[in-house]
Amino acid sequence: MRDPEKLIFEMGSPGRVGYSLPSCDVPELPEPLFTSEEHRRKSALNLPEVSEVDVVRHFTRLSQLNYGVDYGFYPLGSCTMKYNPKVNETVARLSGFSRIHPYQPEETVQGALRLMHELGGMLSEITGMAAFSLQPAAGAHGEMTGLMIIKAYHAHRHDNRRRQILVPDSAHGTNPASAAMLGYEVVEVRSNERGTVDLDTLKSLLSKETAGLMLTNPNTLGLFEDEIVPIAEAVHGAGGLVYYDGANLNAILGVSRPGDMGFDVVHLNLHKTFSSPHGGGGPGAGPVGVCERLVPFLPKPVVVLEDGHYHLDYDRPLSVGKVRSYFGNFGVLVRAYAYILSMGSSGLREVAENAVLNANYLLKRLKGHYRVPFDRPCMHECVVSCSNLKEECGISALDVAKRLIDYGFYPPTIYFPLVVKEALMIEPTETEGKETLDVFAETMITIAKEAKAAPELLKDAPHDTVVSRLDEVAAARSPILRFKP
Amino acid sequence: MRRVVAMRYIPNTQEQRAQMLEALGLSSAEDLFSCIPEDVRFKGTLNLPGALSEMELVSHMQALADSDLNLDACACFLGAGAYDHYVPAAVDQILLRQEFYTSYTPYQPEISQGTLQALFEYQTMICDITGMDVSNASMYDGASALAEASIMACSITGRSRVLMARSIHPESRQAVRSYVTFRDMEVEEFGYVNGQANLEELEEKVSPDTAAVLVQNPNFFGVVEPLEAIAEIAHRHGALFVASVDPISLALLKSPGESGADIAVGSGQPLGNSISFGGPHFGFLAAKERFVRRMPGRIVGIAHDKNGKRGFALTLQAREQHIRREKATSNICTNHTLNAIAAAIYLSLMGRDGLVKVAELCQKKARYAYEALTGLGKFKPAFSTPFFREFVLLSTEPVGNLNRRLLGEKIIGGYPLWKDYPEMPDGWLLAVTEKRSCEEIDRLVRVAGGASS
Repeated sequence: MRDPEKLIFEMGSPGRVGYSLPSCDVPELPEPLFTSEEHRRKSALNLPEVSEVDVVRHFTRLSQLNYGVDYGFYPLGSCTMKYNPKVNETVARLSGFSRIHPYQPEETVQGALRLMHELGGMLSEITGMAAFSLQPAAGAHGEMTGLMIIKAYHAHRHDNRRRQILVPDSAHGTNPASAAMLGYEVVEVRSNERGTVDLDTLKSLLSKETAGLMLTNPNTLGLFEDEIVPIAEAVHGAGGLVYYDGANLNAILGVSRPGDMGFDVVHLNLHKTFSSPHGGGGPGAGPVGVCERLVPFLPKPVVVLEDGHYHLDYDRPLSVGKVRSYFGNFGVLVRAYAYILSMGSSGLREVAENAVLNANYLLKRLKGHYRVPFDRPCMHECVVSCSNLKEECGISALDVAKRLIDYGFYPPTIYFPLVVKEALMIEPTETEGKETLDVFAETMITIAKEAKAAPELLKDAPHDTVVSRLDEVAAARSPILRFKP
Repeated sequence: MRRVVAMRYIPNTQEQRAQMLEALGLSSAEDLFSCIPEDVRFKGTLNLPGALSEMELVSHMQALADSDLNLDACACFLGAGAYDHYVPAAVDQILLRQEFYTSYTPYQPEISQGTLQALFEYQTMICDITGMDVSNASMYDGASALAEASIMACSITGRSRVLMARSIHPESRQAVRSYVTFRDMEVEEFGYVNGQANLEELEEKVSPDTAAVLVQNPNFFGVVEPLEAIAEIAHRHGALFVASVDPISLALLKSPGESGADIAVGSGQPLGNSISFGGPHFGFLAAKERFVRRMPGRIVGIAHDKNGKRGFALTLQAREQHIRREKATSNICTNHTLNAIAAAIYLSLMGRDGLVKVAELCQKKARYAYEALTGLGKFKPAFSTPFFREFVLLSTEPVGNLNRRLLGEKIIGGYPLWKDYPEMPDGWLLAVTEKRSCEEIDRLVRVAGGASS
């Protein structure tokens, strides 16, 4: 087994440098307008003293301790770890996209503005919404922005009693957290035995205090909320709005549109559905789309086309304002735009078909070896439970996940959704072929057998990684969050 | 007819699909969607362009990109929060390692040690340059980091009012407003005198309700603020002091930690991140040790395995949304990891001396440009206070006109301040980074000094 990589601070030598800079080519002037002693930094910087080759080798070795989509199967449920097309990286790095300043005169960035305008239009077409803001930087940021729009809408109508946001118990944790960020009271909606929102329970929770309902469809169990039309009607009937968490849009591209289901506000995760690489945890992008009556509340500016020229429209008196600087994660927008153009309408439909086919095929192969909490066709991801292994031989979802690492796979999402005990949430995506799914299914079956025959093999897994299972509880008890010499 | 071009990212062949459908007992792909009620099935064909082959796509994208004026084709004196600093080639080469850019949030630490260790090193460097005790693993951008710091200060102090300097970036102030007022808390601004925060006005407005005093340094005008005096006022009233700082300037300027700040935030874009039309950049957020459990976002810590070997894992997750749901410190989940890693690479390359040299070059060149422009007689300095790499001039020629003439000579001029500061209709904010050569500065001076046409 390899030794862990040293920290960059544990390398180098005093006086070693990794930079080169030109000498100062302007005449140097005395200092009256510059910082006096009062403003000067007192302590020296403790940054590393390393050469360029040290830096390149260090980070290259670090990269080799990571697992990426380009290396292998990454069935992380709800995260849609599909393949990230290489050409998107090439085009996003064109200097006409990567080397432009957000405050340049509009006439010098017509290409970038056109791209944003067209992307907004494409996302509207795909989701059935009236218009989009591309400003939010991530899914949760989109949720918060969407909820601001809902809040601004009710406030505009002087409907100020609406303090509650309804969230299903199976929802992503970001949903309740985003609602709380805006001072909303979160009301949990229990799922029924079919794994979907119970219409009668929902109706009993609706009132004049309901600002809205947040829903993922298909939901986090990988199931389509087939009562979505009556659900949306009930919420609208109570005066609330319906919010669509777009984390699972991959399943329904070209098959069904949130706008047609009655959703008023939608956020999309461009880093999921539209194949932007996730960067080890960002940057992503979380554009927000709205129905016609909510368009005036979108964050500003909005790109508009007038007389053949693209403009940034800041004159939007009802806008919720800004949630970040400039216009959003433009670099991510470029990748999503390129992806949609690569696929076209028929290609996006193929995405949904293959994603759903792959998930159902895997579910079918795992049935009988793992417990299936909701035995019905799934959408683009499936949830199985290790509770059978837990009961029979004390093996948890965590143990199964860690053992999968030994077999060369990135594990599925574990312990989510919260409503399923010992959950494994598996999302193969459309960019995997049948061969990969077969090998994965066989491995999962092998692990289930190992759980009975040699449980310690799972308890101690993973065995072949640079570090074995880490004690995260101890780490949180006495946190060490930075290097100290 | 299915166009074959779209299928290059989808491996299943028609034959394999048929086999899989058969295994499921289905006769067609349409049957996969039988759980979707008929009335919400999309019947038509999405009205989208494409599907383009890779060659068609590249030429389309190249044409779009070519219609933008990029900063390699001109001399840029525009800053206002996004700066044209040099990015060493090694930064992008490392970021292009697929193991960094195609991986997800490091939920399985044993096969994510690369991202985790890089973030731990990032946190250490942010603590070092800001003089703070703890840093999180990044925020969306400087504006949202400042907004999150405001929320954090309200929750720590149990107070509901935020006081912010009008000399903070206008877009950051808007983001603070959105975050805070939608939460039914209050924001109030205080003005500036000679380009610096107006301490008298601050004294008048600060109250026992004030959760935090927010200041940017150098501020939107490029001016260095009297941080210690502001910290003293905030603390005397039991409020926290939040400083939004420029990371390059910290090689020379007193750090937030040295100035008494409780929370330090800022935009990390100058640290090895391309301008990219405003994003993705990243924000940093660091604080005093005692506030660590109130911080938003992910934090990486050291964890040991059963053999006592050192490793890294996400830690203090009890603050985060996936555990605490509506009781989380923030809703932030996906952050800007790759941009933060870019900063760690950049800061490693520059090291303790390189960052100082970059900051000094910025200062010297900004100073040279300032003297040359004010020497023309056409521009007056707006303020007489110390600045770092950016400064405000008052122009006798309308700023719009001036910038148009410069553009004709492939120079991107300064930011017109009238939009955000109507009291300075002729205000022109210029930034000079280490990338601007003496020749470019002289050209700026020559063209700016020329007669308006």
